[in-house]
Amino acid sequence: MSERLEAPSDPEHSPEGEPSPEPVAWRHRHLLDVDALSKDELELVMRTADEMRDVLRRPIPRVPALRGRSMTILFYEASTRTRVSFEVAAKNLSADVVNISAATSSITKGESLVDTVRTVEALGADLLVLRHPVAGAPYLAANLFGGSVLNAGDGWHAHPTQALLDLYTMRSRLPGGTVADRKVVILGDVLHSRVARSNIWSLTAAGADLWLCGPPPLLRGFDAWARRGAAAGRRFTVTSSVTEALRDADVVMALRIQRERMTGGLLPSLREYAARYGLTSERLALARPGALVMHPGPMNEGVEIAPDVAAGAQSAITDQVTNGVAIRMAVLHLLAGSGA
Amino acid sequence: MIGRQIMTADEIRRATIRISHEIVEKHAGTEGLALVGIQRRGVPLAHRLAAAIREHEAVELPVGALDITFYRDDLSTVAQQPLVKGTDLPFDLNGRTIVLVDDVLYTGRTIRAAMDALVDFGRPQAIRLAVLVDRGHRELPIRADHVGKNVPTSREEVVRVHLAEVDDVDGVDIERAVPEPALAGRE
Repeated sequence: MSERLEAPSDPEHSPEGEPSPEPVAWRHRHLLDVDALSKDELELVMRTADEMRDVLRRPIPRVPALRGRSMTILFYEASTRTRVSFEVAAKNLSADVVNISAATSSITKGESLVDTVRTVEALGADLLVLRHPVAGAPYLAANLFGGSVLNAGDGWHAHPTQALLDLYTMRSRLPGGTVADRKVVILGDVLHSRVARSNIWSLTAAGADLWLCGPPPLLRGFDAWARRGAAAGRRFTVTSSVTEALRDADVVMALRIQRERMTGGLLPSLREYAARYGLTSERLALARPGALVMHPGPMNEGVEIAPDVAAGAQSAITDQVTNGVAIRMAVLHLLAGSGA
Repeated sequence: MIGRQIMTADEIRRATIRISHEIVEKHAGTEGLALVGIQRRGVPLAHRLAAAIREHEAVELPVGALDITFYRDDLSTVAQQPLVKGTDLPFDLNGRTIVLVDDVLYTGRTIRAAMDALVDFGRPQAIRLAVLVDRGHRELPIRADHVGKNVPTSREEVVRVHLAEVDDVDGVDIERAVPEPALAGRE
């Protein structure tokens, strides 16, 4: 064991070449999207999150893994759960946390993202958690920043920690502990959803039978993605028929109607959306008995999801929040060990 | 690879039995005693010690497993994150005498981390240390209470412990991490 501290090349992949059931090692400096993660790397995140869940169950849920590291949370968009989840995760690992909100920083004086990232680095941050309304902003930050960048949501593009916690929640609640061959439905405003886009990568990579469902204007462009996915052997179906999507589903994830991103009359009205696509108990009855109900939050109850479904026995929505802390601890731990 | 065996399976078995007697003797019994193996090869060793103590004392000591990954002080200096293998301490540490068990004692940093991890779970009455091999080169003021074999080594050498539970065979080898050109090809 002492060997391990001195000879990192050792110990589990021993020289005699024993077949190792262990997942691969982590090689990423940043977490920008889940599309960069292989199936084995997803498995490593899941297993590390299991350990973090054990830490969270301790009387004092804190370990010194990231002692002396500094994490800056830089959010250009409103958020409660993601911001707090990252903060709690970092503190559980004994990192120092600095919060910058765009509304109360020099960003209101016109400071550019580039200058802000340089400033954050000069102030000593090792880890930068960035949420930005423009897709790709974390990629720009990653090119400038000397430490690790974690994408906490960029425009419509990606929200990797949400996709990881969704996968983790499904695995921990589904019988058999895997999403492979399970019918997973993402229902709602897919067009504006970075959560959906990241989930498409991770769920199809993990072998799920993925269905996207919503009004045709909110599914625009996803047909082509589904065809490419199918060509690569991934199971991925796009439909506007709620009945077809929900029938025999194992997991139903409702997405928030993103009114703040909605332009150009994509929907006639919220009331009509709720009537035709809202996740009600009647519609949920089409799914398998005990099918999981998920929602990345924040919810518009009565629009994309009925209150009784959101709070019902099949709901895994509070699990998603708890698991979010474990997943973010796992990712922070893996990134901090990546040598950045 | 220039390697030679420094402990055979029989020697490991005898050392384990001797240490199991030493643990009971030092503690003057088995009351309040528990064994905690450090992941990964300390865990099967702890179970072997518990089995030996069951054999000669007819008591079942609690055995736990400790993963020290989150307590390491060398995160920034290793090439990649080691895999976390899990901590399982199915008993109350408070007031117990804990015997930490590991395969090799080297710099002492693992043991430092293990003690930090243990005290997060409670306040043991005492913590002792049993290792199969002590290879020297301590960087911290730590010593083992029970040692299977003291092996003088150089820092360039690697001590590899193989245990049947993990590696299918028992044995301890010593190897040069980087073969010296002058020695290469001599075997």
